[in-house]
Amino acid sequence: MAVQSLKKTVAGTVRMALAAAALAGGLTAPALAQDKVLNAVPYADLRNLDPVWTTAIITRHHAYMIYDTLFAMNSKLEPKPQMVGDYSISDDGMSYSFTLRDGLTFHNGDPVTTADVVASIKRWEARDNAGGALANATESLTAIDDKTFELKLASPFGLVLDTLAGLSGPFIMPEAVAQTDPFEQVKDYTGSGPFVFNEAEWVPGNKVVYDKFEGYVPRDEPADGAAGGKVVKVDRVVWSYLPDPATALAALQTGEIDFWEAPPADLLPVVEANPDTEAGVLDPFGLIVILRPNHLYPPFDKKEARQAMMYAVKQSDYMTAMVGNPDYWQECPSLMMCNTPMETSAGGGEIMLESDMDKAKELMSSVYNGETVVVMHPTDHPSGPTALLTADLLRQMGVKVELQAMDWATLTSRRSSKNAPEDGGWSIFHTRTGVGSASPISHSGVAAGETAWFGWPQNEEVEALRAKWAAEPDQAKRFAIMEELETLMMDTAPFVMLGQITSPSAWRSNVSGMLSSPVLGFWNIEVE
Amino acid sequence: MLGYILRRLLATIPVLFVVSVLIFMLLHLGPSDPAAVIAGDFAQPEDVEKIRVQLGLDRPLYIQFGDWILGVLQGDLGSSIYSDMQVSALMMQRIEPTLSLTITTISFAILVGVPAGTFAAWRAGSLFDRGVMMTAVMGFSLPVFVLGYVLVYLFALKAQILPVQGYKPISGGLWPWLRSLILPTLSLGMIYVALIARMTRASVIEILGNDYIRTARSKGLSTPPILIFHALKNAAIPIVTTIGVGIAMLISGVVVTETVFALPGLGRLTVDAIVRKDYPVIQAMLLVFTVAYVLINLLVDLSYSLFDPRIKYQK
Repeated sequence: MAVQSLKKTVAGTVRMALAAAALAGGLTAPALAQDKVLNAVPYADLRNLDPVWTTAIITRHHAYMIYDTLFAMNSKLEPKPQMVGDYSISDDGMSYSFTLRDGLTFHNGDPVTTADVVASIKRWEARDNAGGALANATESLTAIDDKTFELKLASPFGLVLDTLAGLSGPFIMPEAVAQTDPFEQVKDYTGSGPFVFNEAEWVPGNKVVYDKFEGYVPRDEPADGAAGGKVVKVDRVVWSYLPDPATALAALQTGEIDFWEAPPADLLPVVEANPDTEAGVLDPFGLIVILRPNHLYPPFDKKEARQAMMYAVKQSDYMTAMVGNPDYWQECPSLMMCNTPMETSAGGGEIMLESDMDKAKELMSSVYNGETVVVMHPTDHPSGPTALLTADLLRQMGVKVELQAMDWATLTSRRSSKNAPEDGGWSIFHTRTGVGSASPISHSGVAAGETAWFGWPQNEEVEALRAKWAAEPDQAKRFAIMEELETLMMDTAPFVMLGQITSPSAWRSNVSGMLSSPVLGFWNIEVE
Repeated sequence: MLGYILRRLLATIPVLFVVSVLIFMLLHLGPSDPAAVIAGDFAQPEDVEKIRVQLGLDRPLYIQFGDWILGVLQGDLGSSIYSDMQVSALMMQRIEPTLSLTITTISFAILVGVPAGTFAAWRAGSLFDRGVMMTAVMGFSLPVFVLGYVLVYLFALKAQILPVQGYKPISGGLWPWLRSLILPTLSLGMIYVALIARMTRASVIEILGNDYIRTARSKGLSTPPILIFHALKNAAIPIVTTIGVGIAMLISGVVVTETVFALPGLGRLTVDAIVRKDYPVIQAMLLVFTVAYVLINLLVDLSYSLFDPRIKYQK
């Protein structure tokens, strides 16, 4: 009897405590409880909000949420009109006329006009590689009236639509915002895209909130990649930055989050085994992994040393070390991204698939004079294991190697140094690059002149072919130029292709409508 | 007493200056460049250089340091070079989770550690004592993140009664706030429970052997008043010191806990800033942590006179 009494007392106390706690919580329950909210975990934390100021992919994700673009790439990387309704091209291909479609408004209610468009394009051209190429070929960019603007070329440029549909913009901002110095961040985040950035709820390093833009008028076509009708089916998207993958996995399993952009490969079996969660590849193109030698210092100032690296590598070894699961990587015998229109093995890219160490040693020994090669090893970056393999290959070739461990932030700083490797410079780094590597204009590793990326190759022939490629409007002729360029690059070896990877995402089973696209968009997604 | 406090506070000024110089020099002499991080992986070298100029990172170090220290003296901690937000605003955004976690953790550690240690001392050598000491060794040995994952597995994934991650502000209700802090508090608190329990046990055992305890027993006092008013009070100084050190140690403890449980606190703000080389945020945060450390130590020193009236602070 006493035990029964004690049980009743304890149970009553617990009930009272729970009731009080529920009351305390319920008094301030959020008013938005009825709203459909998609809780997502992006691959990185959003720190910069200006897609012109930085090339960070996470900022590009943000830009696609709040801004709209004139043209956009569909899932086959074909440029399609987005904000543009009608457009015409003169017979000689030197003049373009664009008319904005009806119903375009900024988040503050102002209509989008061509003055906004022209200012946004000019700011973007000042920073973007492809935009810069377009600017160089442009004679004038003029707003004819509020809805029509005209682009006149000074020299042939066959990539006008592709460039305006480029994944990194131009994103259209209000004219006053777009007049900000391209080397300063914008402070006004008004766009005309499908979501409104909720600045009041932004906590850098933790949370970004986007509300549905009720005034957004989607195109009639179905969503396809970054193109088509961007129909928003949730009221709000919340990005939470969860730096710890184990925590993100547990949160996905319990339903605290609905979508996880980039789970590590080793956690995918857990996602796939859970009936409430799914995994899949959303970006069909993924990333290529490259080895970049420093062309300024021995031995890689000689093409034989760079060619030796092409013969030494075996892509499957690199991919296995970096990714493991063969479902998420492929070999790529091209210096351009595979599965894209410019993929070609002209020039014999197959040599990078199987290691020929005898040939590699022969080439290296012909130019190597005992220099110490500094390989930067980013221990906190997915490309980290590739540095270990490269160091091993170099040692097998008899090269003196200094493998320097560092974090990725240090690597990105160090690689800008033009000092000699023994004086704070470097010899080799590895990185990943996205679908920009489908074009020799936006591919960081291809440029070989004043605009060359870190590593600084100098080759006038490459630059001439890039310009010729960009000027050519016909796709078949452009591919022929690409083959010529690829052959030249296989000889000069500006970088070494190590393979191509795809990065799967994970989501709850009650989430549907994810798009196959090289950009991460949250339109078309439903949460049941 | 007031003079002592003023002297101690004045003594922190050179400490803070030396810390400021050290932090600044360590950060700026390191190999990383925030301009390169900001520009992104595919930026052109000349863009990185232009951003460096725009951020003022190309100026001589003494000018950069002078600008920063002048701002600090005027109450301006600067702005994040990434988000462009004032560091003070970032800190205000992040202070609530860290303060909440600190308060719940220390409360939990004191409420469990002191009684457990006292009781273990009273029953020294008993099964309970051995159990407390075994648990304390485990508490010391188990890293915060391991315990965190185990607790998440048990209470969030299996039992599904507590959230895996995230922080609910107290303005959203007492229970949601407390619920979001239970697992982080347990994970982070275990080491402090162990620390305090061991220190309490050792101190109380030493006191229990004194003559005045024997006197208290012989005059007929029951055990609880002896333990609380005679033993515990006289054992308080090392315990309070341990608690003070514990609070200071929490500064490093919250970093791991905030990462595992995705709490948007000051610890994560600092780590994220370090990873990205966000100089103004790192400098400000380390300065704030230094001030907190100094103040906690001062408070601990001052509290001694409460427990032992023989301790006087001279003018």
